[in-house]
Amino acid sequence: MNSISNNINQEELKRLAAREGLTFFGLTLPYLIMVIALIAIPVGWLFYLSFIGRDGTLSLENYERMWKSKAYIKIFITTFKISILTTIICAAIGYPLSYFMSQLSRKWANICMIAVLIPFWTSLLVRTYAWLVLLQKKGLINNILIESGLITEPLKFVHNTTGTLIGMVHIMLPFLILPLYANMRSIDKDCLKAASSLGATPTRAFWTVFLPLTLPGLLAGLLIVFVLCLGFYVTPAILGGGKVIMAAMKISTNIEMYFNWGAASALGVVLLVVTGIILFVASKLISLDQLGNR
Amino acid sequence: MASGFFNKNVSETQIKLKNRIWLYAISFIVLFLLIVPSLVVIPMSFSASQYLEFPPKEWSLRWYENYFFSWKGNGFNDWMSATWTSVKVAVLTIFVATPIGTMAAYGLVNGSSRLSKILFPIFISPMMVPIILVAIGLFYFFVQFKLVNSVLGLVLGHSLVAMPLVLIIVFSALKNYDMNQEKVARSLGATRFRAFREITLPQIKFSIVSASLIAFLTSFDEIIISLFVAGGDNSTITRSMFLALRDQIDPTIAAISTILIIVSSGLLISVQLLGNKDKSS
Repeated sequence: MNSISNNINQEELKRLAAREGLTFFGLTLPYLIMVIALIAIPVGWLFYLSFIGRDGTLSLENYERMWKSKAYIKIFITTFKISILTTIICAAIGYPLSYFMSQLSRKWANICMIAVLIPFWTSLLVRTYAWLVLLQKKGLINNILIESGLITEPLKFVHNTTGTLIGMVHIMLPFLILPLYANMRSIDKDCLKAASSLGATPTRAFWTVFLPLTLPGLLAGLLIVFVLCLGFYVTPAILGGGKVIMAAMKISTNIEMYFNWGAASALGVVLLVVTGIILFVASKLISLDQLGNR
Repeated sequence: MASGFFNKNVSETQIKLKNRIWLYAISFIVLFLLIVPSLVVIPMSFSASQYLEFPPKEWSLRWYENYFFSWKGNGFNDWMSATWTSVKVAVLTIFVATPIGTMAAYGLVNGSSRLSKILFPIFISPMMVPIILVAIGLFYFFVQFKLVNSVLGLVLGHSLVAMPLVLIIVFSALKNYDMNQEKVARSLGATRFRAFREITLPQIKFSIVSASLIAFLTSFDEIIISLFVAGGDNSTITRSMFLALRDQIDPTIAAISTILIIVSSGLLISVQLLGNKDKSS
């Protein structure tokens, strides 16, 4: 008797649990519909377009063009070169700064953090414009250099690779510092004390204990910066002055000037696939939870 | 005395301060370079000259006049109506992205772990897919539905990029919140919705408000989607700025930049202050 009523109860509970689960799924539905309607369908459509040739039939001409045409190969090289250089420079200056901040007391670290967050939330255009003003021929930096007698002719900082790199490093640096700093903060400082009590010099303790412990944060930061650089548009378009052409800019000109949807889509698909592969490999190296927690 | 100061230990591994000076030097230079360049536009915006000299030789408010009195037919760029479009779109984005993101966060936190494992990567995909691809995809899609150059199209596009940020903020707020409180309310007879509204919502409201401020800022600063989807009478301020910057360096942009810096710093400070409130209460 008892066991029968128990069974009925169990079934009722199961039914309720299933209904609850359905409610929770229902709550995520509007979001899911937005993502499907505004990303999955449009990007899927572009994917299809990338296989349509100029004459309107199925063909691979849009992809063939990419490895046959010198212009496209140059764009890929530029895109990777700028992205890799930006990532390396960000790591080279972001690591010491994060390390410095992680050694400070919470109060001072938070003050430094404001300095990192203000540019993070300042409009991208404003920052790019500011660099354009600073770096131009008669800009502040050239004026200072000339007045100090270091140079006689103004140096060319904008409308080339140098300007693009300066602007992009400035914009990407917070993306590297935020995960790296969080990682460094969470390291148990006793590990370093233990290393030195066992006789390690400060340098050795840093290289063999501290650095390996910061690799997950560093890797996450490098990855975010690199992936964002690959698809970057605004800063190279303005500071590169038409001389530094990256993949995103080519996609845009293909559409705005040539109305060539097939070529633009194919380039976009390549960009998406490369990004996808990098993120997939990275998710195997560092667990996604770690990224999500930040 | 001074040598004693420089021989002070500054880390767990007994590094002397004098060995650390290079680290402090690099850090200060980098921090300086992070903040100062954006601030240069502020004095520039008060310059009287139409060439961008620094420091400005004469001061004036002409670029602000140029911005504030740029209604249709007055001047080259119609900055004011572009600003109005941006504000309208950003406010509407709050009302689309915040409820959708909050509902999804609630569903993911309470639902089965399998559900969130599948849906979370899909939900943050707007942050992962290169934005240029999203932009041209939306452009193509909106052409079919006559949504190009419309406020609705912009709101949908901007909500798409703002939703993941709302999701992440509200999700982490709910993770820190004890859901058993809702169970208590429901065991006392409240419906789930009432339990959420009267018990949960008041405790995560500051996170929701800061999520909506971030949604506003995301939409207001968005450029790429606006470049493709906005146009005609509905250009946004960032789109107009970008197009003007590609052609010439108009000092009016320095004035607009100054206003944007003030707006985003104000919002950032509010978000920082609000962020601590939920935890302390």
